[in-house]
Amino acid sequence: MNISDNNPPIAIHCESVSKKYGKIHALKNINFDVKRGEIFGIIGPDGAGKTTLFRILTTLILADSGIATVDGFNVVADYKEIRNRVGYMPGRFSLYQDLTVEENLEFFATVFNTTIDENYELIKDIYIQIEPFKKRRAGKLSGGMKQKLALSCALIHKPSVLFLDEPTTGVDPVSRKEFWGMLQKLREQGITILVSTPYMDEASLCDRIALIQNGQFLRIDTPENIVGQFADILWAAKSDNMHKLLEDLRNDEQVKSSFAFGNSIHVTVENGQLTVDSLKKYLIERGHNNIEIQPIEPTIEDCFMELSNTQI
Amino acid sequence: MDTVIKVENLTKRFGDFTAVDNISFEVKRGEIFGFLGANGAGKTTAMRMLCGLSIPTEGKGTVAGYDIFRQPELVKKSIGYMSQKFSLYEDLKVWENLELFGGIYGMSDKDIKIKTDELMVRLNFEEERDHLVKSLPLGFKQKLAFSVSIFHHPQVVFLDEPTGGVDPITRRRFWEMIYDATASGITVFVTTHYMDEAEYCDRVSIMVDGRIEALDSPANLKKTYNAKNMDEVFQQLARKSTRKAD
Repeated sequence: MNISDNNPPIAIHCESVSKKYGKIHALKNINFDVKRGEIFGIIGPDGAGKTTLFRILTTLILADSGIATVDGFNVVADYKEIRNRVGYMPGRFSLYQDLTVEENLEFFATVFNTTIDENYELIKDIYIQIEPFKKRRAGKLSGGMKQKLALSCALIHKPSVLFLDEPTTGVDPVSRKEFWGMLQKLREQGITILVSTPYMDEASLCDRIALIQNGQFLRIDTPENIVGQFADILWAAKSDNMHKLLEDLRNDEQVKSSFAFGNSIHVTVENGQLTVDSLKKYLIERGHNNIEIQPIEPTIEDCFMELSNTQI
Repeated sequence: MDTVIKVENLTKRFGDFTAVDNISFEVKRGEIFGFLGANGAGKTTAMRMLCGLSIPTEGKGTVAGYDIFRQPELVKKSIGYMSQKFSLYEDLKVWENLELFGGIYGMSDKDIKIKTDELMVRLNFEEERDHLVKSLPLGFKQKLAFSVSIFHHPQVVFLDEPTGGVDPITRRRFWEMIYDATASGITVFVTTHYMDEAEYCDRVSIMVDGRIEALDSPANLKKTYNAKNMDEVFQQLARKSTRKAD
């Protein structure tokens, strides 16, 4: 039986959720729904409010105001029910360092009234990679292995909704790719996944995303739609003196913004103002050689930067 | 251009595990040198040896003109260090952090005062001067942590994943600060998991299983590996890894 069969079509519902810590407004009026079976990404930098949102939804802290439900259960009134049915992998490694790999997994299985054998199928692909080290203490595992164990422990009771708070932070690009591969497979088994990340390039691996900064959602949509709604014209510029190029671009009043993006500089221009040729001419006058300027498709990072520039 | 870091056949073993396996390279003065590798490739161990915090098992090495075997204390005085977990004292004010670190590195009171004033103006921090560090927004802390790490004008500064978790604009502003530091003659040795940042380095080395598998400018690496960006270069090399430790 697919995990999603008996659950409502909206896995997570959040309505006007706000939370303050003293004077700091950690979350301001958060509204969103996560559909059953989605991978939904909360994307934004440290301090944006991602962890606060996860703690409210996993019933670990209370919101100041607003309503939130998981699988139709209210995070305040029905917190016990929610704790039984969700899996949560916090940002900080939170397994028992002095227990072995196997003991940790067994512990979590027991707490949730199940056994490793009963749900082995669900964790098999992930756990098999650390099984050779099952007698090793969790504290002695490498970062990548800890991550796999934490995910196995969060899954062992066959949760309907999985909360992953920054599972890939500090993880190298190869291991990150592998981790996202694991998430795609879990989705195929019907698990709904809410995942947060500061890495903008991971946005395209989600079905829908919310861009978050300073406790506010800047936008909620599919990655494709967010890219499609980019309001400005975007060019990638290169010359043989990239450092000076950035300076000269910033000194051009018709350029709205310019930031380094790997081996080029992304330049935004407001509709219908500057042309590629006139910008080239301006740069030639300032002594640049081998100038290349090309219109390009924005990335999620471009969108995030544009939205955070205009809204906050 | 002279050489600020020079290592030859540097090796570090822990028991029968070879964390760093016979690496050799040079870093020139004023260069931005990117030090990349997967988790567990040996970057941290190598960096600890270069900072005088861990004595190598074998090989030779000098940093800022001092021998990493025989003069680790002099190495420490000549370098700066900043990690992702900012090494600032949260319960001290902005100026107190500068005074503390300046003092530790042996700067005179007068020098500390002049440079603090100058820094506050340059960073536009004059209003925050008397604020506790813990009250500062993340982007401020990051700027301050970097400024503290180069406050004593070290010959070389080691940056260990300095931009993890910060927003895209702050991340780029941070690299602009790195460029400014190199313009004042400071050499930068930096690790990162953001492959677009690898493009901002003059040269990049990529470690796989304790060895330096590739070392060149980003442009040459992309040519050699027939890749369209540094992420592809990294993915090709790091996949060769057979090591699963951290």
